[in-house]
Amino acid sequence: MSYILIFIGAVFVNNIVLSQFLGVCPFLGVSKKVDTAVGMSAAVAFVIVIATLFTFLIHSYILKPFGLEFMQTIAFILVIAALVQMVEIVLKKVSPALYQALGVFLPLITTNCAILGVAILVVQKDFTLLSSLVYAFSTAIGFGLALILFSGIREQLSYTNVPKSMEGTPIALITAGILAMAFMGFSGIV
Amino acid sequence: MKSSLINMFLSLTCICIVSGALLAYVNEVTQEPIRKTQEIKLENSIREVVPGFDNLPTEEMYKVGIAEKDTVFVYPAKQNGKIIGTAIETASKNGFNGEIRILVGLDETGKIINYAVLSHSETPGLGDKINIWFKTNKNNQSILGKDLSKKILAVSKDGGEVDAITASTITSRAFLQAVNKAYVAYSGAKVDSTTQATSTPDAQTDATTQATSAPDTQTDSTTQATNK
Amino acid sequence: MKGNLKTLTNGIIKENPTFVLLLGMCPLLGTTTSALNGMAMGLATTFVLVCSNTVISSLKRFIPDKIRIPAFIVVIATFVSLVEMNMKAYAPALYESLGLFIPLIVVNCVVLGRAEAFAAKNKIFPSLLDGLGMGLGFTLGLTLLGSVRELFGTGKIFSLNIYPEEYGSLIFVLAPGAFIALGYLIAIISKIRNRV
Repeated sequence: MSYILIFIGAVFVNNIVLSQFLGVCPFLGVSKKVDTAVGMSAAVAFVIVIATLFTFLIHSYILKPFGLEFMQTIAFILVIAALVQMVEIVLKKVSPALYQALGVFLPLITTNCAILGVAILVVQKDFTLLSSLVYAFSTAIGFGLALILFSGIREQLSYTNVPKSMEGTPIALITAGILAMAFMGFSGIV
Repeated sequence: MKSSLINMFLSLTCICIVSGALLAYVNEVTQEPIRKTQEIKLENSIREVVPGFDNLPTEEMYKVGIAEKDTVFVYPAKQNGKIIGTAIETASKNGFNGEIRILVGLDETGKIINYAVLSHSETPGLGDKINIWFKTNKNNQSILGKDLSKKILAVSKDGGEVDAITASTITSRAFLQAVNKAYVAYSGAKVDSTTQATSTPDAQTDATTQATSAPDTQTDSTTQATNK
Repeated sequence: MKGNLKTLTNGIIKENPTFVLLLGMCPLLGTTTSALNGMAMGLATTFVLVCSNTVISSLKRFIPDKIRIPAFIVVIATFVSLVEMNMKAYAPALYESLGLFIPLIVVNCVVLGRAEAFAAKNKIFPSLLDGLGMGLGFTLGLTLLGSVRELFGTGKIFSLNIYPEEYGSLIFVLAPGAFIALGYLIAIISKIRNRV
């Protein structure tokens, strides 16, 4: 039951992009086409779950017992950077097809604040390992949902006549604002 | 600079050691002020919610476990050695953006004297009105002076008698949940996380079972969620 | 000297990170619920930018190319943690309202971007100036967006009443308003830039 609540909360109510403002850069950057949006979402989902697993373990078995919590930011970001590199190398060897699909997005992910954000949030919220992973996965789904919806809208948007100074990012931001408004409607369900 | 395995390893290790040492030092230095500011804040809040004590409530603090992983801090306020009220620190994790931590002051009969919000991350302009909303004497907003032994608090939407903050029902629910929890701790009830029922020795049983079986399904499912 | 001045103003006007380069969107949207919050976040980022740019520029000869990025990240993360601890100790209210976004300065593309694009190639003093300029430009953007959102949302700027709160439209303080206000700001600024 509580896992379902975490899931709905992370996907709809507190959507990582549209209400928490994490991962806005890739949200605006790779949302011009639906295909790339799908690829990015998959890559993020992949990395976010693995990264949360590792950072959670590091926090509860290394940082906390030794009182090294002040190293949290450094440790987490290094782990994430290293993980992204490793995922890239492993993927290249094991599944070239998957690497072809996700490869371009992987380097971008290190600086996606959604990953580090989730790792820190999980520690702050005092989750157990399983609920952390559920939370990480749901967040990734929420990210993917927002990104894919948004890219679908932007594909249509490119055919419309937009005032010159509103072209590109401004109109995209306003669209995102309207999407965020729609997502606010979910706030009653949890 | 050319990369070889040795110099890569050496330089990265050096940087890590230096930054680790620097952080450890600053951590050491700032720990004291961090603790102090938190202490002062807590003390001021206690003074606000139960005025007129002359002991050190923070030193006489004791913990009451309401549910698994859910502990409430109780600060008894005394005047000339006699208890004049209790400040109770509780939290609810069901706020709109996470945890809401509050301090509730109850007098010796269990009536709410005052409350203070210790930390929250509610939306500015909406949910962050909790700081003053439930103290404002307007319509049915105020919870001050309420006696929780008769009826637990709930927002009017859930059949209660407290007006929720405009457009922030979730925040208001979480806030009242925390207040109710404070009362549960005050009346000495221990909520069993598995049965959800309470076993209080005194006549308060009624109020506390109400408190746990909750005003609405909302709190119900969420208490379950936190208990699990 | 003229070159130095140019480095400094470059970040504030010509390559303003928020309105021209469009970097660091997450803190830009997330912390600008009020002008004060935005400014505080901007100054925290400026501090990190100046320090990390200076240190990275002075260390650049000792860092092998292949581990450049992780080394930069460690330097940046160190300064971010410093800011975080000091804020917790001496400005707890501010720390609470900025919350998660303080540790997230680490992944702010502006900081790593400047380290990579400028500090790793230039001398110490210009790097410091570049950090300062970029930081101030970022602060300017955050403060501007914060003021707009606070003004339309609650009728105040820096908590000073401009018009009664009842006429404010709360949506600007909430998430959708952040996106919409920023969209219009960027559009207006690009319109002005095109005319000049």
